[in-house]
Amino acid sequence: MLSVRGLTKKYGDTEVVCGVDLAVRRGECFGLLGPNGAGKTTTLRLLLGLVEPDAGSIDLAGLPVPARAREARMKIGVVPQMDNLDPDFTVRENLLAYGRYFGLDRAAITARVPALLEFAGLAHKADAQIAQLSGGMKRRLTLARALVHDPEILFLDEPTTGLDPQARHLIWQGLRRLIGAGKTIVLTTHFMDEAERLADRLVILDHGRVITEGAPRALIEAHIEPAVVEVYGEGLEAWTRDHAGVVCARSETVGETLFCYTADADRVIDALKLAPALRYIHRPSNLEDVFLKLTGRDLRD
Amino acid sequence: MTRFLRLPRLSWRFIPVWQRNYLVWKKLAIPSILGNLADPMLYMLGLGYGLGSLMPDVAGMPYITFLAAGTVAYSTMNAATFEVLYSSFSRMHVQRTWDAILNTPMTLDDVMLGELTWAVAKSLLSGLAILAVIWGLGLYGDFWMTLAIIPVVALVGFCFGGMGLVMNAVSPSYDFFLYYFTLAITPMVLLCGVFFPVSQLPPLLQDVSAWLPLTHAVDLARPLVVGTVPVDIPLHVAVLVIYGSTGYVVALALTRRRLLQ
Repeated sequence: MLSVRGLTKKYGDTEVVCGVDLAVRRGECFGLLGPNGAGKTTTLRLLLGLVEPDAGSIDLAGLPVPARAREARMKIGVVPQMDNLDPDFTVRENLLAYGRYFGLDRAAITARVPALLEFAGLAHKADAQIAQLSGGMKRRLTLARALVHDPEILFLDEPTTGLDPQARHLIWQGLRRLIGAGKTIVLTTHFMDEAERLADRLVILDHGRVITEGAPRALIEAHIEPAVVEVYGEGLEAWTRDHAGVVCARSETVGETLFCYTADADRVIDALKLAPALRYIHRPSNLEDVFLKLTGRDLRD
Repeated sequence: MTRFLRLPRLSWRFIPVWQRNYLVWKKLAIPSILGNLADPMLYMLGLGYGLGSLMPDVAGMPYITFLAAGTVAYSTMNAATFEVLYSSFSRMHVQRTWDAILNTPMTLDDVMLGELTWAVAKSLLSGLAILAVIWGLGLYGDFWMTLAIIPVVALVGFCFGGMGLVMNAVSPSYDFFLYYFTLAITPMVLLCGVFFPVSQLPPLLQDVSAWLPLTHAVDLARPLVVGTVPVDIPLHVAVLVIYGSTGYVVALALTRRRLLQ
């Protein structure tokens, strides 16, 4: 469905995307993960043919991009990072206007509007102004708008950034419905739980390069011990010195917290009983641990 | 910059962009019409009759007629300029409507052609309103000849729409447009024969005036109001076409650099 080879984009001397290879199969939800500035959005813009690559080839739904990007975009729905709904139109008019950009006639769009509104849970808001919608409603409308021409592939750029937990769950529900209906989805996110929930496969990008790829579960198993004990509180330094090296398979101190990775959490917890002032959280390892291990814990601005 | 410069690929796909602007405008048509038209009309009638009553004929015609012909060109210029500066900027930069459209099969060439043709439509509306006043007050020489003002108005709208899009492409904020008004639009109003004949200017300024597009707009519109055939029609048309199309092509390159890299 999407095949990318050696994709490279430079701005001046900075390589924002360098030699990225991707392969997305039909019907798959594919995650593009990475810290801020990793090149996720630039990659999406390259895939859409909005930006010309300096090197590499893109084949999107059987069409070479950017050479035939216009035709390729006929088959793609895009949910951008920042809401850009038309504030001068109502909910329904937004869908009508957007459909026309794809060359659809009014009758064809009008026929699709009720299903799209139902999908977005906005049937009761059809004639509302955009300013009256909540953040979650705007996102759902943006998602419905991206479906107005019944695309084969959906590109979502951080679809739940800035939403509250309820609103995020509604978006995920919608996306699962689309995956169930056989749509191919390419999703960028820096929320690891989102990627773990939705993506069949994913790549982690850092500094414009793919640093790993695979299914979320497989990545966790390959890179991280099964359990994590996060330890913090008074006396952490002494405990770390005396016990961490013995009971943790691998450990890492970040700020005032010790991350202890292990296959045998009971042993760690037993050792923690020796220092009752310490507090801890015991949890299974997750994609975030993989992500932080591979991209480092330094702050990206 | 040069790598962004290429010949525009024009296609009929611009129509949904034009239509989008039209549908939004329709919602606010009455206040929009009043806002666009009241101002030039008040100037024209106030100065035309007020100042005009103190004056002998100007360039062989009553001052109100002289001014009305100038106002057709000037108000058309303003309508196109405001549209592609403030309104297009809102759509491009503030509302990100262009970004949304560019994710569809539309290209930037389509979007900006839609904006330019919409500016022409707004200009036509503005020019027609002044023309209606000219008809109503009987300020014309030959009715049939005044009909030729309609294509002139569209051409003037194209010219200033194309030029204004360049400003839109380079502007960081709304405030920036003030430079364009103080450095380009206002001097043009004063140098191009809207309020008084260019022949009243010192020779040097007359030479400057000859290079300004509004002069050529006025030189086409004024004879048509009075009822004579304009002289040098091909020259005036060429100047307006060149300013407008150069503006569109340059604006396209600058906007491509701004949005699509």
